Amino acid sequence: MTEEPLVKMRDVWLEGRSDETWNPIINGVDLTLAKGEVLGLIGESGAGKSTLGLAAMGYTRDGVRISKGSVEFDGIDLLTASAAVKRQLLGKRIAYVAQSAAASFNPAHKLIEQHVEGPVQHHVMSRAESEADGIELYRKLRLPNPDEIGFRYPHQVSGGQLQRCMTAMAMSCRPDLIIFDEPTTALDVTTQIEVLASIRDIVEQFNTAAIYITHDLAVVAQMADRIKVLLKGDEVETADTRTMLSAPTQEYTKSLWAVRSFERPLKPAVQTGSVPVVSVQNVDASYGTVPVLHDVSFDLHEGRTVAVVGESGSGKSTTARCITGLLPPKAGQIMLDGEALPADYRKRSKDQLRQVQMIYQMADTALNPRMSIGQIIARPVEFYLGLKGKEKRKRVDGLLEQIELEPSQYYHRLPSELSGGQKQRIGIARALAAEPKFIICDEVTSALDQLVAEGILRLLARLQDELSLTYMFITHDLATVRAIADEVVVMKDGRVVEQGPKKEMFKPPHHAYTDLLLSSVPEMDPDWLTNLLKERGVDNIGDAAVDKM
Amino acid sequence: MIWFVAALVGMAALAWAFRFAGQVATGNAPKFRDMPYGVAYGYVLGVAVLAWLVWAYMQGRSDDQAIANKFFFLRIAIEGFIIFAIAAWIFRLLGRSVGTAGTKKLFRAMPLTASFGILTILVYAVFAIFAGVIAPYGQEQIIPGVAANIIPGGDPALGGNPDFPLGTDQIGRDILSRLIYGAQNTVGIAFATTVLAFLLGGTLGFLAATLGGWLDQLLSRAVDVLMAIPSLIFALLLMTIASVWAPELGIPLTVFMVIIIAVIDSTRVYRLARAVGQNIVVMDYIEAAKLRGEGLGYLVFKEILPNATAPLLAEFGLRFCFVFLTIAALSFLGVGIQPPLADWGTMVRDLGGFVNFAQFAPMAATAPLLAAGAIALLTVAVNFVVDWMLQKSSGLKE
Repeated sequence: MTEEPLVKMRDVWLEGRSDETWNPIINGVDLTLAKGEVLGLIGESGAGKSTLGLAAMGYTRDGVRISKGSVEFDGIDLLTASAAVKRQLLGKRIAYVAQSAAASFNPAHKLIEQHVEGPVQHHVMSRAESEADGIELYRKLRLPNPDEIGFRYPHQVSGGQLQRCMTAMAMSCRPDLIIFDEPTTALDVTTQIEVLASIRDIVEQFNTAAIYITHDLAVVAQMADRIKVLLKGDEVETADTRTMLSAPTQEYTKSLWAVRSFERPLKPAVQTGSVPVVSVQNVDASYGTVPVLHDVSFDLHEGRTVAVVGESGSGKSTTARCITGLLPPKAGQIMLDGEALPADYRKRSKDQLRQVQMIYQMADTALNPRMSIGQIIARPVEFYLGLKGKEKRKRVDGLLEQIELEPSQYYHRLPSELSGGQKQRIGIARALAAEPKFIICDEVTSALDQLVAEGILRLLARLQDELSLTYMFITHDLATVRAIADEVVVMKDGRVVEQGPKKEMFKPPHHAYTDLLLSSVPEMDPDWLTNLLKERGVDNIGDAAVDKM
Repeated sequence: MIWFVAALVGMAALAWAFRFAGQVATGNAPKFRDMPYGVAYGYVLGVAVLAWLVWAYMQGRSDDQAIANKFFFLRIAIEGFIIFAIAAWIFRLLGRSVGTAGTKKLFRAMPLTASFGILTILVYAVFAIFAGVIAPYGQEQIIPGVAANIIPGGDPALGGNPDFPLGTDQIGRDILSRLIYGAQNTVGIAFATTVLAFLLGGTLGFLAATLGGWLDQLLSRAVDVLMAIPSLIFALLLMTIASVWAPELGIPLTVFMVIIIAVIDSTRVYRLARAVGQNIVVMDYIEAAKLRGEGLGYLVFKEILPNATAPLLAEFGLRFCFVFLTIAALSFLGVGIQPPLADWGTMVRDLGGFVNFAQFAPMAATAPLLAAGAIALLTVAVNFVVDWMLQKSSGLKE
């Protein structure tokens, strides 16, 4: 390439302040980006990818500083540039798309008003021109009702649409560089496709350079020309997307690629006539007067995992709330070992409560931040089994060993001193402490990095084999289903659309919705998105496909 | 007026010159290059105010009594400020080198304002607890053969008496002793009232948050009704009623006062506890505990309370100030702590007339201001500590 690169970062070191000392976040990373190129930045959480992405704009969050190195944008040194010079660049030539569009829009203003701010501020366009241009961009991003959607408030459009509106806003000044910080992480697979396709189109159309930050390899494979892998602030490797996918050179990259290979052996079919551990029978439920579940029925047999799949709002978690008794069903019942459970958890006996345990999606909010790990796990041990003193301690130590954490090291720690994966393990230990038969796992891996998530899945599988536990596994990630499920229940709009053994579910023919879900899961093939869009017809992605059913 | 406008314009020019000089002198360092004009003006204004303070302080130390009197209180304020700052600094230094590792770490990260606040509260606490030992005279003791209204300062030339460094009041009681006993009465009663308000409001607030439903509705609406009535007027009204009941029932009026103020202030605590509790109740760990079958007591005291301590402690500090001021105000109005018990609010009222002498006999005017100053100092100190605790607890969440 003879052309001068757009972004040139040389030997950049970043430090973050905590406990009154500066700790390294990024250790001497180089980054170059040519005009119109898309660079994928991947790594686990805490790898420093967002911090590096922001540093490419010459910006750092509070408590972070660039201690060494240089950042050049189109020949301008961003680290020494004056505030006035930077103001001219940011928003106009460099734009940023944040992870959570819902949290980044000002809820008090209409979308189009926020859209025109940039162009008007930078004197790129007049207000009227910018509004017209915004509508044009909305059309290009295939937003429904492009003429009117801009005149709504952020809470009046869906998450995927909001994310596309933010992309349109970033595009409003036709910048040379856009930084996408995990723009699809918070979205469902079916919505994710639309956003990915629109981002890719618009970036190609305007020949914008982009840095695409994500932890999802399959997503980055669709978007990027080149991929850079980060690990704990160090660069692992950088290569062309196709080369990277087919022949990664570093051990760490290979391990990232291999995560998706975990799959449990199939179990023999359930014997006919055996009593299921938990049976959901014709359950209807509603929040107030809004019905959310319609005639939901499925069985969970001992030692098996039933995955409940569907996008957000499909009633997966509500079903779990009915089983635990937090939301008494309007009709139908929940059977435990062939006996009907009282609908309300307050009316259940201690032993019935003990048999049904739950592991939560957000380990952060599932553990009391003021209790030590030992106290958290010891409570159910004491409460249900009545163990005291030394016996209690012994049991807690045993549980900590079961979840592969060293008891002496972790017993006295607080949840805030643990990593996300470790917290989730504590959640598992707390559920196990009750010695239950049945555990509901509510999206337990969706907040975790792939490597860590795989560790949790392996742990759950091992525990199931050892203790012949029954799992209800709520998830929207089909890779997880493939890895751990024995049976699959697909839900949509509060109804069970399809159910059966995993083997059959992943084989056609599918119900139309199952098909949409399955085909929306990104694959590691860089041509996957292109092929998929071709298959579905460009106008027929996401929303449209769902509406058709 | 014209001079004032001229000074402002002059400073505007100075601000520009200051920024320009900074840019030239430092070779266009980012600090000066990116400095907005408003900030430069702020620097110049700050320097100007500082210069005026220094000038005014020098005036206050002038030999000409008339001029010195004019700036007397400013001089006292500046001297007090410096003395308190030095005391706080020494106290923090002491805290850093004495004590356990935990307290040493606490003092190392402590701002000067917080150490000033803690020191002041400690001093007040010592005076309140050991009032009987420290005070030279009794709080209601009218010392025989001593004139009333001796001027504070202890300088016979100005009408003082070295035996009574802070002077005597209108019926010849030692002001120093009454100030010390006032710490015991006013602060002690305020503390008891605040604790009561928190027990009441906190417990009900958490219950409302945890149980919800009709109990929440009932309590919240009742609190709304109580809060709709202006608190001081409401307290006055109830105190008037209580002052009739108190002698009939043989219960001291002070007990009624504690209960009345505690109930009125518990409404504010209730609101906070309920709001904080509601945020905690929706957490998954509360759901986990509920599904485990835990009782209400465990939920409130083991799961919710430990997570609500930071905002509640901060509120405790603020609430203490409000209660304390309410008591002082009620006493000032004559229905609070009853004579002959020493109370700061009453002392301000009784000696208030002397403030009129401020222009020509500033020492005489300090008599009522001593009690007022004691109230102000404690209020400021508690707020400093509360600010610091809030900052610490919000820092923990990040």
